[in-house]
Amino acid sequence: MKSLEELKELREQVQKDMKTRSEKKMPEIIIGMGTCGISAGAREIMKTVIEETEKRSLDVKISQTGCIGMCEKEPLMDVKLPGKERVTYGELKANDVKKIIAKHVINGTVVDELAIARLEE
Amino acid sequence: MKDAVYRSHVLVCTGTGCSSAGADSLQVELEDQIAQHDLTDEIKVIETGCHGFCEKGPIVVVYPEGVFYCEVGKKDIAELVEEHLLKGRVLEDLLYREPVTEEQIPSYHDIDFYKKQQRIVLANCGKIDPENIDEYIANNGYEAAGIALTKMDPGEVISEVKNSGLRGRGGGGFPTGNKWEFAYNTKSDKKYIVCNADEGDPGAFMDRSILEGDPHRIIEGMLIGAYAIGADEGYIYIRAEYPLAIKRLEKALSQAREYGFLGSDIFGSGFDFELHIKKGAGAFVCGEETALMASIEGKRGMPSPRPPYPAQKGLWDKPTNINNVETFANIPYIIYKGAESFNSIGTENSTGTKVFALTGKIKNTGLLEVPMGTTLREVIFDIGGGLTGDNEFKAVQTGGPSGGCIPAGYLDLEIDYDSLLEVGSMMGSGGMVVMDEDTCMVDVARFFLDFTQSESCGKCTPCREGTKRMLEVLERICGGKGASGDIELLEELGNHIKDTSLCGLGQSAPNPILSTINYFREEYEAHIEDKYCPAGVCPELAGAYMIDEEGCVACGQCARACPVDAVSVQDNEIYVIDEDLCISCGACEEACPVDAVTQG
Repeated sequence: MKSLEELKELREQVQKDMKTRSEKKMPEIIIGMGTCGISAGAREIMKTVIEETEKRSLDVKISQTGCIGMCEKEPLMDVKLPGKERVTYGELKANDVKKIIAKHVINGTVVDELAIARLEE
Repeated sequence: MKDAVYRSHVLVCTGTGCSSAGADSLQVELEDQIAQHDLTDEIKVIETGCHGFCEKGPIVVVYPEGVFYCEVGKKDIAELVEEHLLKGRVLEDLLYREPVTEEQIPSYHDIDFYKKQQRIVLANCGKIDPENIDEYIANNGYEAAGIALTKMDPGEVISEVKNSGLRGRGGGGFPTGNKWEFAYNTKSDKKYIVCNADEGDPGAFMDRSILEGDPHRIIEGMLIGAYAIGADEGYIYIRAEYPLAIKRLEKALSQAREYGFLGSDIFGSGFDFELHIKKGAGAFVCGEETALMASIEGKRGMPSPRPPYPAQKGLWDKPTNINNVETFANIPYIIYKGAESFNSIGTENSTGTKVFALTGKIKNTGLLEVPMGTTLREVIFDIGGGLTGDNEFKAVQTGGPSGGCIPAGYLDLEIDYDSLLEVGSMMGSGGMVVMDEDTCMVDVARFFLDFTQSESCGKCTPCREGTKRMLEVLERICGGKGASGDIELLEELGNHIKDTSLCGLGQSAPNPILSTINYFREEYEAHIEDKYCPAGVCPELAGAYMIDEEGCVACGQCARACPVDAVSVQDNEIYVIDEDLCISCGACEEACPVDAVTQG
């Protein structure tokens, strides 16, 4: 370690890995991972979400949930921005995920053609 | 370092407490199960140090949700992975239940045990992987050292520590900044800095937990201290019976060397520092600073008279500064956040926080950190959850074997260095042993004196002979052979030993006896005059058991339970206990289905 600046650079680099444990409010992406979701391809969706958030260095919390009863529409994915309504997207493909992340998670615009439900908090 | 971000971090506590409760096998099982579900790229398992809530271990925390699972067993892992990690459903059975409301509490911050704490020293414990320097750095680790070494001169560092009001956390409570200044002012070509990790009080484990949970904090604190006094070499003196702490410390040292936080020209400041571990064999007296230094030098661990103080003539006759683990752990915070931030916490003369190890008859055994000035009641009842069973609180012993017992009348005492001294106890290193009405105070005094007496190094007469004689008197009293005048004899001996012993061990060894005589004199008198132990602990003095004729249903369970055949049946309808044979073990009382057995 040769200077304080070098330490700060290193810190920024290593903080990336720690943000999963951060307590600050960030957008949440919740993926339906019940039996129905998994058989409809939720794992692919999950992998794409992880890849996309990593590629774009997004501060988001990714979590999963069980079956919510809309098995017909699986795979399901919810997006919840802090202080905003929770939006459910259904019958997703990997490409849809990229679109939702770009439009909704980053720019805050709901992707109407894919949204199937909205839940006020 | 893997660049990928994991969507979930699973933190498994592998501190000594949780390991002994079976946490070791959890981690292996977790990784197995995660691999089976093909989640290895998404979920990271991290071993952490102690969360403090040892009573409920093994503890597993799942992020990003921050769900806090307790008493997790190996059999729970498959379900945890499948339900929570795969499907996102919280396992309610494994959540912490608030004892009063029976409510299940999923999140860390909402549990009463944590709500009232303020964590500076333990900020990272249980939250980071202690074997990964990157996680320490991510939480602003080593920045305080960087600021000190590149932007402050040693005098500024010392005055910052002085202004913070930090006092030695090992027990003495001497102002740390002043101690550093003495070492700084002594001119010498070579100086040493030493960390005292020889934690020996029965029931105390805060230093061990800090070293296991956040070893880099100690290294950083020592680095700053070394720069302040001008030492280029340091030792961490730790007892060999802390294998996990030593292992993690060794790993931390090698990582710190690799990253250049130890070695030459640290932060480009031209300052060099090297740090070694010295393992002690576990003698209690080696926690005393002069004995500790003798032990590092390879001599027999015995104290020597001060002056000369270590700051003038210490390790190998060079100026040396010794601080306790927890003291060093506060230093990075003080430099990083500033003295004002630190001294705004706590009381006027005892700033900051204190870590306590809570043990004894308490619901939430564990480690906690509270601001100085918190009351004993808050610590024992609000954080500690009160006493086990339905028993009444009787006393709390603070300061380890050298501290004193504080009775219920002082529960609202605000804890700081001076208030504890005023009531005849001391801060000590922070052990707190809670006692209930089934505890015999004479027996407690005997227990602690038995410890200090066998740990006395034998160098000075008052401690070697005095503690031995006091123990003999106490054993006599507990054995039913106490004579009038014994209490006065104990007081006289105790005060002489305090005044004339060479080191802190002897000077404080009589404290448990003197404080119990002060607050529980009637118990001593009952032992001596009535030959009776009110708590029913001392076997020679506990009252014999009796069977109530009216209540007895002649089932015979007491007779079967009695280990010495003292219970016999009369006329086939009533059972009686032979007082001469009864050893007052209480087995009959436990066995009786109709509560007809009582202690006389």
